Amino acid sequence: MLDARIPSGPIEDKWDTRRFEMKLVNPANRRKHSIIIVGAGLAGAAAAATLGQQGYHVQCFSFHDTPRRAHSIAAQGGINAAKNYRNDGDSVYRLFYDTVKGGDFRSREANVFRLAQLSVNIIDQCVAQGVPFAREYGGLLDTRSFGGVQVQRTFYARGQTGQQLLLGAYQALEEQIAAGTVQMHTRRDVLDIVVADGRARGIITRNLITGEIESYAADVVVLATGGYSNVFFLSTNAMASNCTAIWRAHRRGALFANPCFTQIHPTCIPVSSEHQSKLTLMSESLRNDGRVWVPVKQGDTRAPNQIPESERDYYLERRYPSFGNLVPRDVASRAAKEACDSGHGVGPGGQGVYLDFADALRRMGRGAVVEKYGNLFDIYERITGEDAYQAPMRIYPAPHYTMGGLWVDYDLMTTIPGLFAGGEANYSDHGANRLGASALMQGLADGYFVLPATVPNYIGSTKLEPVDTNHPAFAAAKSEVAESTNRMISMHGKRTPDSIHKQVGRLMWDECGMSRSAERLKKALGTLPELKREFWSNLALAGTAGEFNQSLEKAARVADFLELAELMCIDALDRNESCGAHFRVESQTPDGEALRDDEHFSYVSAWQWTEAGQPPVLHKEPLTFEHVHLAQRSYK
Amino acid sequence: MNLKLKIWRQANASVRGKFENYVVRDITPDMSFLEMLDVLNEDLLSRGEIPVAFDHDCREGICGSCGFLINGVAHGGQKGTTVCQLAMRFFKDGDSLTLEPWRAQSFPLVRDLAVNRSAFDRIIQSGGYISAPTGGAPDANTILVPKEIADSAFDAAACIGCGACVAACPNSSAMLFTAAKVHQLNLLPQGQPQRDQRSLSMIVAMEEEGFGGCTNHRECEAVCPKDIPIQFIGQMNRELTRALRHGERKFAHVTRDAEPAEVKR
Repeated sequence: MLDARIPSGPIEDKWDTRRFEMKLVNPANRRKHSIIIVGAGLAGAAAAATLGQQGYHVQCFSFHDTPRRAHSIAAQGGINAAKNYRNDGDSVYRLFYDTVKGGDFRSREANVFRLAQLSVNIIDQCVAQGVPFAREYGGLLDTRSFGGVQVQRTFYARGQTGQQLLLGAYQALEEQIAAGTVQMHTRRDVLDIVVADGRARGIITRNLITGEIESYAADVVVLATGGYSNVFFLSTNAMASNCTAIWRAHRRGALFANPCFTQIHPTCIPVSSEHQSKLTLMSESLRNDGRVWVPVKQGDTRAPNQIPESERDYYLERRYPSFGNLVPRDVASRAAKEACDSGHGVGPGGQGVYLDFADALRRMGRGAVVEKYGNLFDIYERITGEDAYQAPMRIYPAPHYTMGGLWVDYDLMTTIPGLFAGGEANYSDHGANRLGASALMQGLADGYFVLPATVPNYIGSTKLEPVDTNHPAFAAAKSEVAESTNRMISMHGKRTPDSIHKQVGRLMWDECGMSRSAERLKKALGTLPELKREFWSNLALAGTAGEFNQSLEKAARVADFLELAELMCIDALDRNESCGAHFRVESQTPDGEALRDDEHFSYVSAWQWTEAGQPPVLHKEPLTFEHVHLAQRSYK
Repeated sequence: MNLKLKIWRQANASVRGKFENYVVRDITPDMSFLEMLDVLNEDLLSRGEIPVAFDHDCREGICGSCGFLINGVAHGGQKGTTVCQLAMRFFKDGDSLTLEPWRAQSFPLVRDLAVNRSAFDRIIQSGGYISAPTGGAPDANTILVPKEIADSAFDAAACIGCGACVAACPNSSAMLFTAAKVHQLNLLPQGQPQRDQRSLSMIVAMEEEGFGGCTNHRECEAVCPKDIPIQFIGQMNRELTRALRHGERKFAHVTRDAEPAEVKR
């Protein structure tokens, strides 16, 4: 049984208790300790900047040409914080409660409470850095609502909140780079984690410009490499977002938690062509003022403006009168799928529902709509060629975020001593479903506040033997990486990395996407090994491993997605209940809502890698709920 | 639709590059420009040829990774649009398109259409931040920021650091990029303590990186995918004058001007 090492005492005091128990490191000794941080998104950049400020020797790695490009930048809607500036009944406790309930009771109470507590510090920190949040005319910060809650606690910077928060962290990071506390390594793919004498002591990277395989040693390794939605090929993630670093850590002994908890976002622009390379999100904030509907008549091909009010089904408002269009993402996505599967979908292939702003335009006026959502309407028009001020947007769910990730304890340390995981890369605080505007909150809480406390504690309380890249573990890991890279480049087969990625993505979307059944999961588990064999015997690449080779980068990522896909299906099959985003058709209420089975599944699934081709071993972290009482989630 | 492409191919910065001709067929108008290149690259790879290298990632016009010249125009010519968001409906069947990387001394070539823009990072390192070590920040509503100030700071902060401004400028000037950051941070009350030093350091860093000066061609503004206006450059020149004036007075003014009074404007 897994122990998360949660501090004792009342939930309000746990984080303070933990911080007081921590071993500190004398400022003069900090520079003698080195920390590797992989990833420079919100969690990685914030942690690198903060640990650099504290005086540690930080080395930060990114596959981008500059840390400012991390995919956190694409987050649109906002960031939650329990500031209660609106005096509308918000509190730390309510944010905690909403998040545990929104996650359908599959998250750890103590972590979520800490997240809610830290949320208020994040906003203060970002404003001090010059993040230009939206303001009221009186100069105070503005907030808006997001799904799954009934208060206005979401702070935002137009539709580009992630960009502004990331640039704040990026600038703090660049300041530390200039100060010499952080060394930045751009255009590096991290291809393995080095475990020496039972502790994480370094990484193996590929220099994407020269192709050189490099080794870096440190006292601690932090992974902040984001999520794995790209296992579905089509997702809202950036093209290069990948699971390689966390998957390599998993193969080195880190348990992988809840891999099947993947969030499908309800408001994305529908797929339009077979050559589509990614899906574009339309911020959930649009559901504040937009109304979701489909025609009452099946297969209705009339233009939306020709369909009278009485022949429209505003199905979210009808089914969930108290939350309406602002139900959580998992509920909204499933409802859209049901509407389309039952023949009410609109647009090409009937794979879409309307998100209509006609009422909002009448009520608020065009100016106010432009002010709040203008850039989203622009994005929509650029991609679809349609003007959403004239006719409703068409939207459809798409893979967006992964609640699963590396298992971590209360200190965000994985089961490999000295290996930490922050942000979307850990299995985190969102349980089986993440609420809107909570990803930015969690990334920054981990990066600015949690890791900069727990990583020094590990350094201060551990006797670290000197290890450098001459340790045999580095040579072994390096030769494994070189071998697999050479194998890929010298195969000269027929299948491009993209073509295999598309195939596995389609399979996962069909069999392990918005709804799952034992039968279909077993079918996917039968097909995946074939795809893996196809990849390792018939891969087409060009050029050499010793140069800038983007197809080779892609191939290494696909190889790991293929293995992760299997674990996702195994996990989804094992969890024979519906909870949050994980919907097993075998487990639903009479009116089609997700039906949890708390008696049998109130635990975190943490999987241990055994051998290639061998089934993983399941470990369980039992979840207990002392503050938020287990109840069937209802947004009706 | 079918298109003729003439693409700059160069394996790395130390070898000579040249244009190669390609034809892509059956492109649909709803594809993005980069999806059209994906089709070309899949075709090249399946024939054992090396695909065209280009930087890209989010494909939503926000990460700033992508960018190259299409027929000499940075990002291809649709106003306020990065090349990843540029739909093929912007072009016609049979068009001939020439694709080149950003051409600027300060952006060394990586491969084909990909260049090294780390000079931008070094400009930010010189002063493009507000020093606010984690942990000591006052409550976020302690300092009021008038809406018009916050909005104007946001307009400047929308820059994605793609480098189109430099590529479009006959002087390879990075002034639009630099001015946008100077404007955002110098405008906000939180940015006042480092205001003069920021202006001076960032302008010096910009010149040390080999970028040219602004001579008001306004090409940068025309191609900027985030519509950053050239007015910010004028603003930065005034910030420079202010910093130099204060420098002559040996910063004796610091206590007076550090107050957010300047923001009232």
